[in-house]
Amino acid sequence: MAEKVLMKGNEAIAEAAIRAGCLHYFGYPITPQTELAAYMAKRMPKIGGVFLQAESEVAAINMVYGVASTGKRVMTSSSSPGVSLKQEGISYIAGADLPALIVNVQRGGPGLGGIQPSQSDYFQATKGGGHGDYHLIVLTPSSVQEMADLTALAFDLADKYRMPAMLLADGTMGQMMEPVVLPGESHATVEKPWAVTGTEGKRKHNVVNSLYLVPDELEKTNFERFERYAYIEENEARYESYMMEDAEYCLVAFGIAARVSKNAVVALRAKGIRAGLIRPITVWPFPKKPIAEAAGKVRVFVSVELSMGQMIEDVRLSENCKKPVYLCNRAGGKIPNPGEIIACVEKIAKGGDV
Amino acid sequence: MEKRSLKTPKRVTLFCGHYGSGKTNLAVNYALYLRARGLEVGIGDLDVVNPYFRTADSKKELEEAGVRVIALPYANSSVDLPSLPPEAYALVEDRRRYAVIDVGGDDRGAYALGRYTPYILEENDYENLCVVNFMRPLTRTAKEAYAVLREIEAAGGVPFTAIVHNTNLGAETTPQTVMSAEKEALKLSELSGLPVLFTSADEKIANQIPGAFPLRLQRRPFE
Repeated sequence: MAEKVLMKGNEAIAEAAIRAGCLHYFGYPITPQTELAAYMAKRMPKIGGVFLQAESEVAAINMVYGVASTGKRVMTSSSSPGVSLKQEGISYIAGADLPALIVNVQRGGPGLGGIQPSQSDYFQATKGGGHGDYHLIVLTPSSVQEMADLTALAFDLADKYRMPAMLLADGTMGQMMEPVVLPGESHATVEKPWAVTGTEGKRKHNVVNSLYLVPDELEKTNFERFERYAYIEENEARYESYMMEDAEYCLVAFGIAARVSKNAVVALRAKGIRAGLIRPITVWPFPKKPIAEAAGKVRVFVSVELSMGQMIEDVRLSENCKKPVYLCNRAGGKIPNPGEIIACVEKIAKGGDV
Repeated sequence: MEKRSLKTPKRVTLFCGHYGSGKTNLAVNYALYLRARGLEVGIGDLDVVNPYFRTADSKKELEEAGVRVIALPYANSSVDLPSLPPEAYALVEDRRRYAVIDVGGDDRGAYALGRYTPYILEENDYENLCVVNFMRPLTRTAKEAYAVLREIEAAGGVPFTAIVHNTNLGAETTPQTVMSAEKEALKLSELSGLPVLFTSADEKIANQIPGAFPLRLQRRPFE
């Protein structure tokens, strides 16, 4: 087994990306993801890669668009306000069916907000963000180890399905230091016959574009893309189930909220309250099946979020109004502590509203 | 080589090193250590690189112990504005008090030290400690750590005087983690010509490591 090192979440993403064969990084600094760019700036020149600090987030995402069209693995990273700026480019990349990785180490919003952790870009990440009908594959790490592992997976899934993927982290995940076993070297294994790499006069040139002036053609690309999305929804939803076997109170949480929720589950069980946790690892595709199955067994769901309640909508859609769904949340950069989650569940258990 | 130890502190002690090597925890613990020996101590936070995990996180504990804390005006305020406080000059100018200075990571962090460097060199009663953790990915070997050491020295303008060996794997650190890296610390000592002043470790395991300086670590707020 590979040896462990001590890394910040932001650094783990950068090193994992390099090991996944990503030699092109374009970004613009913003707290709390700056270590990612700083790490790339240090490493890329030493390994023949490209680190480029663009003049803006808009420029960076369009550089990603350019490299992605050549079939090379490429990424950008930012935090909430910066990811908002990238949305136009992300829509273009999705519209051109290109693989790329976008990292969002979220901070509190809206607007300039603050620099403390948040999960309030959930809607933006999972429901579009940019214009048009499209999805990103959205992965939500809950440890520094997963920051590394899900980065490698994101590149693989993006290549496999020819679409952009997003790593949706938060400020704590980016900043915390934990031991991590770095993934081994890997690279794209799928053929990319669509890539713009030069014809050498031997083939018809490839065109990468998102412009379709004939409505019938544009409609066709949309329907075809959504057939792919349906397949992904069926096959790529990932989650972790924790103490759900006999759970009456099902917490649903991802990222840092899931870590706190796990502690709360253990403490609630010690008090005789049968709690469990479903932790989505992908939030698009959302793990609908385990939530729907749990709806037949549990008494209530509690969506634990660092937002005003965004994922809770997907929880409700998945459990199909079978059981009540409550929200336990903090916002604006605050994190619920285990005590707050415990108090919330205890109140529900006593029949109170929260 | 001059024989030095923890027992003979210099008037100014600087903690520099690679990003995430443990400088803040060391500076806080070292300031408390000097204070516990009855010395007048001030601690200065010159970290302009990282707005999180700061000396100011331990402000209450330090001040209760009688350590003067000089922190960035916006430390822990969520305002990511790396400005240095005017009081920081007291660290280098007030020679009645021992000064412990927590410098930001890497060469970028050490640039902020530059404006105080002339005072430190002129007084010439300082210890500039290079903190190293060989479990950090960009300082896995003595050779890599040495390159970072030279970058920091060039940026800050204060020559290093010794190494602090702070190898750890966070919560998963065992005495073996620390001790198996000691030969790398000695290699760094050979490469740089600097002595290893001491090895440091989490107080939970420090008593199992011969001669280790015990660290009480800052806790993460969400645990």
